[in-house]
Amino acid sequence: MNYFPKSLAVGFVLASFASASVLAATHPVTGETLADDQTFTYSLLDEFTSVDPQIVEDVSGSAFVRDLFEGLMNQDADGNLIPGVATGFTTNDAKDVYTFTLRDNAMWSDGNPVTAHDFVYSWRRLADPATASPYSWFAEIMALENVGGVMSGEASPDTLGITALDNHTLEVRLTASLPYFAAMTTHASTFPTPEWVVRTSGNDWTKPENIVSNGAYILTEHIPNERAVRERNTMYWNNDATILDKVVTLVINDENVDLTRYLAGELDMGTVPSGQYLRLKEDYPDEATSFPRLCTYYYTFNLSPSGQEAYQDVRVRQALSYAVDRSVVTEKILQAGQIQAFTFTPGATAGFEVPPVAFGQMTQDERNAKAKELMAEAGYGSDNPLNIELMYNTSEGHKKIAIAVQQMWKETLGVKATLANQEWKTFLKTRGSQNFDVARGGWCGDYNEASTFLDLLTTPSGYNDGKFSNAEVDELMLEARTLSDATANYTRVEEILANEMPVIPVYHYTGVFMLKSNVKGWPYDNVEQNWYSRDLYKVSK
Amino acid sequence: MFNFIIKRIGIAIPTLLILIALSFYLMHAAPGGPFTSERPLPAQVLANIEAKYGLDQPVWNQMTNYIWGILTEFDFGPSYKYHDRSVNDIIGQGFPITMKYGFWSFIVAIGVGIPLGAIAAIKKNTWIDYLAVGISIGAQVLPNFVMAPLLIIVFTLWLGWLPGGGWNGGSWEYLIMPVIALSTSYMASIARITRSSILEVLNTNYIRTAKSKGLPTKTIFFRHVLKPSLLPVISYLGPAFVGLITGSVLIDIYFSTGGMGYFFVNSAFNRDYSVMMGITILVGGLTIIFSLIVDLLYAWVDPKIRY
Repeated sequence: MNYFPKSLAVGFVLASFASASVLAATHPVTGETLADDQTFTYSLLDEFTSVDPQIVEDVSGSAFVRDLFEGLMNQDADGNLIPGVATGFTTNDAKDVYTFTLRDNAMWSDGNPVTAHDFVYSWRRLADPATASPYSWFAEIMALENVGGVMSGEASPDTLGITALDNHTLEVRLTASLPYFAAMTTHASTFPTPEWVVRTSGNDWTKPENIVSNGAYILTEHIPNERAVRERNTMYWNNDATILDKVVTLVINDENVDLTRYLAGELDMGTVPSGQYLRLKEDYPDEATSFPRLCTYYYTFNLSPSGQEAYQDVRVRQALSYAVDRSVVTEKILQAGQIQAFTFTPGATAGFEVPPVAFGQMTQDERNAKAKELMAEAGYGSDNPLNIELMYNTSEGHKKIAIAVQQMWKETLGVKATLANQEWKTFLKTRGSQNFDVARGGWCGDYNEASTFLDLLTTPSGYNDGKFSNAEVDELMLEARTLSDATANYTRVEEILANEMPVIPVYHYTGVFMLKSNVKGWPYDNVEQNWYSRDLYKVSK
Repeated sequence: MFNFIIKRIGIAIPTLLILIALSFYLMHAAPGGPFTSERPLPAQVLANIEAKYGLDQPVWNQMTNYIWGILTEFDFGPSYKYHDRSVNDIIGQGFPITMKYGFWSFIVAIGVGIPLGAIAAIKKNTWIDYLAVGISIGAQVLPNFVMAPLLIIVFTLWLGWLPGGGWNGGSWEYLIMPVIALSTSYMASIARITRSSILEVLNTNYIRTAKSKGLPTKTIFFRHVLKPSLLPVISYLGPAFVGLITGSVLIDIYFSTGGMGYFFVNSAFNRDYSVMMGITILVGGLTIIFSLIVDLLYAWVDPKIRY
């Protein structure tokens, strides 16, 4: 079955409109007058790690790679799957063999055609231990046939479950049934890489003078930690529909300087410094933007033998969680539309409905009263106070929240909490070796599905630093993998978590940025915020 | 003089080796590694990466391999964080930037600092002196992390005269604010050292003799006062010069210059071992070279040291 005949047809019509309308300088669909200068300049707080699709690890680098390279599938402004280099795909009933049909007009920036062999090369390269990609685990969760053997070096990369049946037909064989497999091909690590360039230039292949790419843009300048420039790739198959000519990334390490430069007109898109969102929203209502992110801020109890005895008592865990007034954190400290968290999974996650967990329905006064009651029952009070060391990684933001929580615990429960902070990597080591009492955590979903959060609290998870272990949770999460709709399982797991309280969910993150009002096409409704420069355009002011 | 130089170089080499060994050890003693992250990598992935970079070998082997790479191929290794770049790339790109704004800051600091200190000393206890001392104290107490954002607000946001950051090949309009922000505190120190040193020399017997001989003030100042009073300034300038040309993390952060200072500091947080080692060796080597130059200058200025 071919999935995309309709959207393809629409795309074709749009493309033909676009070529005619560039002359008239109006947008082919909306009819808005386009600005003469189609250069989009945005900032990053930190240099991205790489522009090599199989190596890149960070969000900002992936956005860059999505512009330079194009994978089998893309996402539209709402996050739906649309054709990329592939025009469509078919799959068998077991959903473990996928066959992609590649368009015949896709080209590399040096004029070579993009073929199925390019994907075979890049996927093998991802799994090949010689590449040593920090993202090679993605090939593992894609369940490609033989991936384990290839990654451990026991099998040759040629044995990976991907075959070019001909230049434009790609077959992928999986060891598990993955109904959502095609969506995984929007991930940067699955994008094609030009074998001939990698072979001749080695590690230098991603430098502007060497790089060859197949996306809407090519890299023309890159000074690490200062700027990177990408310009229109005239060989791109859908170049006629691209409106922005040039995209400039500036690295600005200080968020206040970033805002100053945005306000001075040097940037089209900039950062909102922490705590300034409300003010900026008032002064620049069309530019300051806040959107929900798939991330949760939480505190985890150390439930391992090295943790305090007190945390084995569920009443203590519940009391400490109830006593945290989340509204103070979101409305008084953070002030950027963050959402109070009573579940571990954010409500914005696809296919997840926040279950009405009991403690989330109470008022804060009721929660405080209940917390006092629970703490007294557990045998702690003013004559026998609980001592806690609350640890976070060094940051002003985490400190403010920790101080507030320390105060809430003291006032409501008489708990004596001391604060401790450690530099990031030291902190990770300390937390990962259960050398803490209560520690801060932040978790962002790897994909838009509840299991990316809830798997963290299962017994075998490598990220479960608090060492929470609950047989029912493990069972429900294992079962969820084989269900086509696992919503009921996720709801049940959240109910167990609300009861067992292995972690204290505090809030769900929001993303904030400043975007000039003449920049259009931003995918506000794509909850993963996967944006493509070729969808953006600037209208004349 | 030749023996003196040979002796100093003889000390410099073991110093550098001790620096390398100590940094290597301390770096590996810090908890976590370049590939520690919130999402711990699966064991197989981590093993592949460590094998590629030789991180699975004993620290002693890693160090000797590293030094061998530098000596035989001048290869300072790959960056573990910025995968597309080698340490040679990072230093090759960042060091010229840092050197450029550092060099101009040095020129401005001396060019303003020494005359300011000299005028203040000559016009001691007049309004000129108070003004000069006022300026230098003001410049000293205003740290560059306050000054940098202020400059950007004034010159970029309000006046719109200068770009708020970036490098653009180091063209002058991109250079002005980093140089002002970086040079002021050095300028202030130089002015104060110059002033007190000149005052001290002015009170010596031989200056009194020169004055009583009836020599013109100008001759006394340029021939007899300036040279000896620059001794403390020179001993300050050696390390100051190295500090300036090897970069300031704050300047790199606020003005997005792409300079080396930011890479240096960040490499420690990222446990980017090879970048940290490469820059440490560079800064260490330069410090040793410039202290040697300062010693030679000293010998030139002060015959007592020479003999």
